[in-house]
Amino acid sequence: MSRFTSEAHLPGLRQPAPANDGLDAPFWEGTRAHELRVQHCRSCEIHQWGPEWMCHACNSMELDWVTVDPVGQIYSWQRPHHPVHRALSDRGPYIIVLVELPHADNLRMVGNLLGDPLQEIEIGASVSVVFEDHDDGDPDFTLVQWEVTPAS
Amino acid sequence: MSDNYNLRGKIAVVGVGETTYYKHGQSPDPEFVLVLKAILAACDDAGINPKEIDGFCSYSNDRNDPPRLANALGLSELRYSNMQWTSGGGGAAAAVQNAAGAITAGSANVVVAYRGLAQGQFGRFGRSGGSRPVSGGAAYTLPYGMMSAAQMYAMRTTRFMYEHGVGRNAMRSIAMACYHHAQNNPRAVMNGRTLDADTYDASRWISEPYRLFDCCLENDGAAAMIITRSDHAMDLAKAPAMVLGAQQSGGHRSGATVENATDYVTSSFKPAVKYLYEQAGVTPQDVDVVQSYENFTGGVVMSLIEHGFCTYENVDQVLTFDNLRADGGNLPLNTSGGNLAECYMHGLGLQIEAVRQVRGESCNQVPDVKVALANAGPMVAVASTAIYGTPEALG
Repeated sequence: MSRFTSEAHLPGLRQPAPANDGLDAPFWEGTRAHELRVQHCRSCEIHQWGPEWMCHACNSMELDWVTVDPVGQIYSWQRPHHPVHRALSDRGPYIIVLVELPHADNLRMVGNLLGDPLQEIEIGASVSVVFEDHDDGDPDFTLVQWEVTPAS
Repeated sequence: MSDNYNLRGKIAVVGVGETTYYKHGQSPDPEFVLVLKAILAACDDAGINPKEIDGFCSYSNDRNDPPRLANALGLSELRYSNMQWTSGGGGAAAAVQNAAGAITAGSANVVVAYRGLAQGQFGRFGRSGGSRPVSGGAAYTLPYGMMSAAQMYAMRTTRFMYEHGVGRNAMRSIAMACYHHAQNNPRAVMNGRTLDADTYDASRWISEPYRLFDCCLENDGAAAMIITRSDHAMDLAKAPAMVLGAQQSGGHRSGATVENATDYVTSSFKPAVKYLYEQAGVTPQDVDVVQSYENFTGGVVMSLIEHGFCTYENVDQVLTFDNLRADGGNLPLNTSGGNLAECYMHGLGLQIEAVRQVRGESCNQVPDVKVALANAGPMVAVASTAIYGTPEALG
């Protein structure tokens, strides 16, 4: 079971909403249920990210949403210091990670790395999802955040 | 290479023009007026009557549309309009390419490639506001505080530095070369502001791995280039800069959302360069001076590698401050000061500087330039790149 939190890491930024054409509603419904869902081609069985109406490999339009293990590895990162949104003005530095999912055709997801904002970041480090619930949104939403997986 | 399907030698840039370049938000003129002024300046430079214009090409969803421009200029015919879709300034060389293609096809005779920006009137690139919900690709980045251009490309540079063991030396040298060249350029916003290594190293983080001086400026102004047939060009005021080649460059899934481009560690120029050099009939060794679009210095390093001017292994040996200077370097780079220190006119200024070098009119003129390269928009989904030459370069 993935960890979840109701504490916003970067409060005050614009919230996500499903696209009005219905393309990615299953993803956002999934995060509310604390499941990490991505697209999967019924025909050639690749995982695809970000969402699109067609499989980029075989051009099939028969794409399912499957739940994948909410774990990955840091592929790249950045640490913004300069605030570009008023909600970040007094926030200080934070970390954005690009996480690769090796068990899902190496697709990549963007999120924040939780914990010390000045921590050393290691490319290749194992990370796990922390679902960040926002029960006061319009509509309510859940973000996909990441933390370094503790050594077992 | 079939001559019938190559614009090489058929098309020339005959005039270039810019407004005063302002710090962002400081233009006294509305954006549309800036564009008109730049077009008139380019026509004056070419010795061509503005009424001869019959086509327009721009990029990045420029707000100043050709019907309004044609109306304001009183053109008798508007035969061709074109917009290149891409993010950022990746379309600067593409606007020249599209103009050249239209003229080669007989669709128009005198085409303006242009770009105007008045961020005081329309808002800044480097700020993000608003509170409405966001959907589509941005829904997967913006709520995590990833929204500015620097933030969109910082992670690509992190991964580049990691995969290829590249440090900061080349990025620092590029920034210093741009500022060095701006000191001789009266148009440059950073004329009078020097940059040394210590100042670069001490500058604040924008988003690691980018420091302040790794990032382009934001400016108000406009720029324009007059492009026409080479036989027409020979009758005009100044020696023409021939368009030897121009290409757009997007790779496999380069437009994938949420940072899922298949080849992530790239300036986006890999697909274009083989076509570019073949079309132009030159090699990287033939290029006398390079204008390489700096949205961020890390992208320039990748661009120069992918254009064949250095390798992943010898970056630190080739991309040194001394080597990038117009005064004595072997790889003169961004000789106007570029987007870092002349003006961020979404890269059209870099195309113009390549023309000036070919004409022998640069503020930092490299001796005996025959071939100049100017690219646009590293790391964006579709970049573009062009090569200009003297008539003699056609051989």
